[in-house]
Amino acid sequence: MQTVFDLTELPNFLGKLMPKLKKQSKIRWHIVVFLAPAIFIYTAVMIYPLFNTLRLALFTKVDQTRLYVGLENFQTLFGDPIWSDQFWNALGNNLSFFMVHMLVQNPIGIALAAILSHPTLRFSSFYRTAIFIPTMLSFVIVGFAWKLILSPIWGIAPGLLDFVGLKSLYAPWLGKEAYALTTLSLISVWQFVGIPMMLIYAALLSIPDEILEAAEVDGITGFSAFWKIKLPLILPSIGIISILTFVANFNAFDLIYAAQGALAGPNFSTDILGTFMYRTFFGFQLQLGDPHMGSAIASAMFAIILIGVCLYLFGVQSRMRRYQF
Amino acid sequence: MITNYKNRLNTLAAHSGLILYTCIVLFPVFVVVINSFKTRKAIFRDPLALPNADSFSLIGYETVLKQGDFFLYFQNSMIVTIVSLFFILIFGAMAAFALAEYRFKGNFLTGLYLALGIMIPIRLGTVAILELMVQTGLVNTLWALILVYTAQGLPLAVFILSEFMKQVSQDLKDAGRVDGLSEYRIFYRLVLPLMRPAMATVAVFNMIPIWNDLWFPLILAPAEEVKTLTLGSQVFIGQFVTDWNAVLSALSLAILPALGLYVIFSRQLIRGITSGAVK
Repeated sequence: MQTVFDLTELPNFLGKLMPKLKKQSKIRWHIVVFLAPAIFIYTAVMIYPLFNTLRLALFTKVDQTRLYVGLENFQTLFGDPIWSDQFWNALGNNLSFFMVHMLVQNPIGIALAAILSHPTLRFSSFYRTAIFIPTMLSFVIVGFAWKLILSPIWGIAPGLLDFVGLKSLYAPWLGKEAYALTTLSLISVWQFVGIPMMLIYAALLSIPDEILEAAEVDGITGFSAFWKIKLPLILPSIGIISILTFVANFNAFDLIYAAQGALAGPNFSTDILGTFMYRTFFGFQLQLGDPHMGSAIASAMFAIILIGVCLYLFGVQSRMRRYQF
Repeated sequence: MITNYKNRLNTLAAHSGLILYTCIVLFPVFVVVINSFKTRKAIFRDPLALPNADSFSLIGYETVLKQGDFFLYFQNSMIVTIVSLFFILIFGAMAAFALAEYRFKGNFLTGLYLALGIMIPIRLGTVAILELMVQTGLVNTLWALILVYTAQGLPLAVFILSEFMKQVSQDLKDAGRVDGLSEYRIFYRLVLPLMRPAMATVAVFNMIPIWNDLWFPLILAPAEEVKTLTLGSQVFIGQFVTDWNAVLSALSLAILPALGLYVIFSRQLIRGITSGAVK
């Protein structure tokens, strides 16, 4: 009978175990080494703070100690008129900011790309380069330069309008509640029109010539070729541009801050979610910063962006017809 | 004949449209730059005139260079941008190589995890990022900015680079393995040199937002000695609002580096966008 302590069996047993052990312990360390720095920085500086911000939204500060209050911050944000009025104002402004981009920036971008992609057009690389210049400039430059140009003190804008006989249309747009937001949206459009232009341009170039030639044989050229052949083919790119615009607009901040300051004047008429969150979280003038309310606003923005992206991914992207060339 | 005429008319319309738009684009930059070289009187008397012998003045530039620490700001911006780009490229390329080259458990999930960051803006985590930087003592250092921009740039870098890594010939890598090269050497010696064009594209994509960012310098590093050029000019211009010479000169000085970078990299940028990064 074999005892449990039969040592002669040990090598045999180990021999049987070894391949298993070897296989299990064969972590391919180079994969870990390759992935570790990127995963570590990304997790520590981006993902962890994102979720930590969502968590902080559930706390508040009382006498220097952190107190768990559940959804109370959100109740304040949506229930207390002082907060909720500001929030809905910022959200509404943000929506119109986004709408101006969708209705002005993207159509102009598409039109410019359509003209530029014409194969026989001369100087197209010059135009492309020039139109992309504002995108390279910082919001600070763009905000201040336009502020100066539109300023009634300097008189460039009224002077130019006078030149074309429309002086009566001039108003200090950035200072009027009714116009300030639209003016700033258009300045942002001016700055970023290069991006949709480039992306659509790339999409138009990737349409194979055979398709356009086949259409030409059937007598479809010029404008109708654009509407009937090219536009349907670049719809996926337009979709991507729309969602990029959406995400960028709903965390915009810099231009408004550079041109109008943290108070997003006049009378909060240009306040968007980014400036609202900055003011709440960081404080300004008389109001003290409140990181927990700031987190609550950030969480609301997170939800809005997430909903938008999901709507796009599952509602638009998946239904879009894609053509394989 | 008729189509010929019509064609020419179309070309004319196309050019006039493009020229008009180009003027709209360049006009503000042009106005700011020419007026920065004029005397205060001339700025207001005739804003659209080019500076001439009579109206030429560098007083604005003198004020800016005397008052603001623009060289320091410029240096800070340079350090932050270059170091962040370096980390984005090297860590992004390493992760992209691991995801594209090896089959292992969790490969797809890791890729998906990294891709999350493409759509979700890092700004939403600002409150916790500030807390983290305060705890680690990195607040008001350039490292805070470098870490944030690296984290922000990595997702897209991994995504774009792994697409390119998949196209590297398998035979080349296998030949390297037969010759006894370690996986690290295969990455560093064989694959990385082939990635140069793709890495240039990623660098150019990331460079502009990092250089121009106002949000994180404002929150994480507002101290005088770590101000970036964007934040520095914002604060400077805010203080000198009524000194038009100084404001216009500061704006021109801030435009210059961006324009310089653009002139150097515009070909790479346009090639990068049009070569199907977002196809």
